[in-house]
Amino acid sequence: MATPKVKPVIRLLTCGSVDDGKSTLIGRLLVETDSIPHDTVATARSVRRGGSTIAAGEIDFSLLTDGLEAEREQGITIDVAYRSMTLLNGSRLIIADAPGHEQYTRNMAVAASRSDVALVLLDAARGVRPQTLRHLTICALMGVSRVAIVINKLDMFDYSKEKFEEISAQIAPAVARLNLNEHAIIPVSALVGDNVVFKGENMNWYTGPTLLEYIQNQDLAEDSMTSPHFGIQYISRVDTFRGLAGTLVNGKFNVGDEVVILPSKKRATISKMVTFDGELVTAGHEQTLNIVLEPEVDAARGDVLHLASNAKQPADRFTANIVWLGESDLIHSRSYILISGSTSTPAIVTTIKHKVNIESGEHDSARTLKMNEIGTIEIATDSPIALSNYSDSRETGNFILVDRATLNTVGAGMVVHALRRSENVTEQAYEIDAEKRAAQKGQVGKVLWFTGLSGSGKSTIANEVAKELYALGRHVYVLDGDNLRLGLNKDLGFAKEDRAENVRRVSEVAKLMMDAGLIVIVALVSPFRVDRDQARELFAKGKFIEVWVNTPAELCAQRDPKGLYKKAAAGDLPNMTGIGQEYEAPLSAEVKLDGTLELKVNTEIILEIAK
Amino acid sequence: MVQSSPQILKALENESIEILRETAAGFAKPVMLYSIGKDSSVLLHLARKAFYPAPIPFPLLHIDTTWKFKEMISFRDEIASKFGLDLIVHTNQDGVKEGVTPFTRGISEYTRIMKTVGLRQALDKYGFDAAIGGSRRDEEKSRAKERIFSVREAGHRWNPREQRPELWRTYNTRLRPDQSMRVFPISDWTELDVWNYISLNEIPINPLYFAKERPVVWRGDQMLMVDDDRFPLINGEVPENRLIRFRTLGCYPLTAAVESTATTISEVLEEVSEVKLSERATRLIDGDKEDSMEKKKTEGYF
Repeated sequence: MATPKVKPVIRLLTCGSVDDGKSTLIGRLLVETDSIPHDTVATARSVRRGGSTIAAGEIDFSLLTDGLEAEREQGITIDVAYRSMTLLNGSRLIIADAPGHEQYTRNMAVAASRSDVALVLLDAARGVRPQTLRHLTICALMGVSRVAIVINKLDMFDYSKEKFEEISAQIAPAVARLNLNEHAIIPVSALVGDNVVFKGENMNWYTGPTLLEYIQNQDLAEDSMTSPHFGIQYISRVDTFRGLAGTLVNGKFNVGDEVVILPSKKRATISKMVTFDGELVTAGHEQTLNIVLEPEVDAARGDVLHLASNAKQPADRFTANIVWLGESDLIHSRSYILISGSTSTPAIVTTIKHKVNIESGEHDSARTLKMNEIGTIEIATDSPIALSNYSDSRETGNFILVDRATLNTVGAGMVVHALRRSENVTEQAYEIDAEKRAAQKGQVGKVLWFTGLSGSGKSTIANEVAKELYALGRHVYVLDGDNLRLGLNKDLGFAKEDRAENVRRVSEVAKLMMDAGLIVIVALVSPFRVDRDQARELFAKGKFIEVWVNTPAELCAQRDPKGLYKKAAAGDLPNMTGIGQEYEAPLSAEVKLDGTLELKVNTEIILEIAK
Repeated sequence: MVQSSPQILKALENESIEILRETAAGFAKPVMLYSIGKDSSVLLHLARKAFYPAPIPFPLLHIDTTWKFKEMISFRDEIASKFGLDLIVHTNQDGVKEGVTPFTRGISEYTRIMKTVGLRQALDKYGFDAAIGGSRRDEEKSRAKERIFSVREAGHRWNPREQRPELWRTYNTRLRPDQSMRVFPISDWTELDVWNYISLNEIPINPLYFAKERPVVWRGDQMLMVDDDRFPLINGEVPENRLIRFRTLGCYPLTAAVESTATTISEVLEEVSEVKLSERATRLIDGDKEDSMEKKKTEGYF
């Protein structure tokens, strides 16, 4: 049997505070694996900081790790710092050093997101502390597959086996609760060196691996990867060549494999796999390449290729764990940009199910998540996306959320599972349909969507049209923006995202009413073209009639029936359409009303279409 | 030190290629900084690989302070023509007019004007929204905590306190109108990785990296090469010829040489793994002041 393939690059997360001896431990790893320039080591032999008890000429290992303490003293943001070293077996170790305090949960999550191994450090004198549990929780959440729980400073307890066992027993319940993938508890003395790189003489009762051995023993597990996933980053074009550039993960592709492009579900065959170093017949995990398909079907950046025989079903609703990173709280119903690899789509957090008490693991109910809080949410994406469960693949089960205004990364998400809601719900075909219901009322159902500035006359005209239709025996209903905000939409504000959600809800309600056979008049500012177009897409051709009530802004401001323009002028309404926010006039409205004309004229025009 | 295995180099290469492609796809007008040194040579090679068989889809930019080694400029032009590169060269002409040289101003001030300001001028002039650089995290403390996709605020300022969290390999390349991005595809590489990669891929590098007899003078314990007659000699001083090479390349009056007999890449490799001196120790600029790099970076330096 072949020996397991060792991962060439191992990423190690180190968490724990400087007081636990972290700097000394990392420093010793660096020196004893010959990973640090000799002039730097020489400095650590000669320089001493105040209070140091290390003998002159000995190395103060804690001086080698880029002064996290210095950062704290200087009040500089404590952040993740990265360091590379080559292990004695030839593997590369990239250390992500994260500060351990509660307010830096997000930094730890960043460092953990890519780590293969975590080093959770405990001070034997202090035993298990709340921060230990926090570190273990984040490791479990972020899917760090192997955790080394290192009990340090055993030199202070005469290398006592009893002390080690006592602390091991303390940590056991948390380890069991968190369901850690794999872990080891290692007794060390970072100061003296036992069980760090070398076994030492002081703890012969311990038969497990040294820290370095534990870290190095990282199986690549490439052979067990059977769900190849290729995210298209870039379309490479030159002359007649058209290649899909990206990185393959989680399995292999062969020339001749049939693949499916997600989310479009088009199929094609891999005809070539091109790299600078030559064409490949087989490509494996983490290989970057250009794929040429036969036939050359449509595929764009953000699309994903899976084997046709093992394709993921794209979904548009997911349950996910999330670490909130943003300065402002998570707001459900607000639209964020969801990014996973090269794929991005707008998404709305529909539900915050609970937040997690990071020390006890208990679930608390929550309406929002603040920075550094962890919770479980449901999220809905605008378009279907092929995300895996995070427990199956960190590479393809992760996403970030980006705030639309600041464009900062505000959330780190891990898919628990897709909610196949839209698939499980099959549309029931009822025999009494929209047409029959409308016919019963002697009319044809339709939606007249009035858009225009506040004060343009939308509600006034709608009211007149409704009265006339009623008089004619028609069944009509007016969905008025302001009225709906008293009930259905009272949770929404006037920011762009809220207006988008407002339009979405109103259009769905209008559709139901039209389906019931009604003539529906919507009177809604609906200032953004993209939102109105999205509403239009819900309806069959001819059923959605966009009516632009075009009234000059000055006239609207003069009328000011609700006093909104006055408030906006005073600076009280930052999102007032036409003032703080743009009104995007329709480009192809079915009807354009001149709002300066008499009410009667405009009512007649609409009545002709509506009845 | 232990050499970097081909497996490690392959893993690093794949990751860098992914970052380069993400940059080409995610920005309207990216540019790649080309400083002529070994890191730039690696970066250039990676870019050729990333977009092969198509050409590199963005231009290269060299900020010429007018004080680079002569051999750097000739090498630059040779490489540009060999690979058919779209190379932009920019010099801060205001600085030249004001007579800013490494000898008339302090090193920090000279660097700020000719390198940092020069770079900002070029980025603004062409409207580049992303600038790819060859910095590595192992070079210096403040680089160790820099993101791969690192946002610059208005005026190209780096704000180390407000870096975007960067998770997995899911990168956020979105920018507000006043922001720009610096991208560091070889963040995780070490100096030894760079040399091993150059050797493995037979990447052309500047002749200054190889030992040759060159005229030098001593300034303190550092040896500087007298590359042209602009170098002010102290009364009666005569440069002596010594067998030297350079570990890093920059402006010749600010870059110290090391004595060496290494004339081939494998000899250089051997030397680099033996000599265990912090790489930037041969740069005059960094030792100028404690935490100087972080300060320069907040001003827009790479």
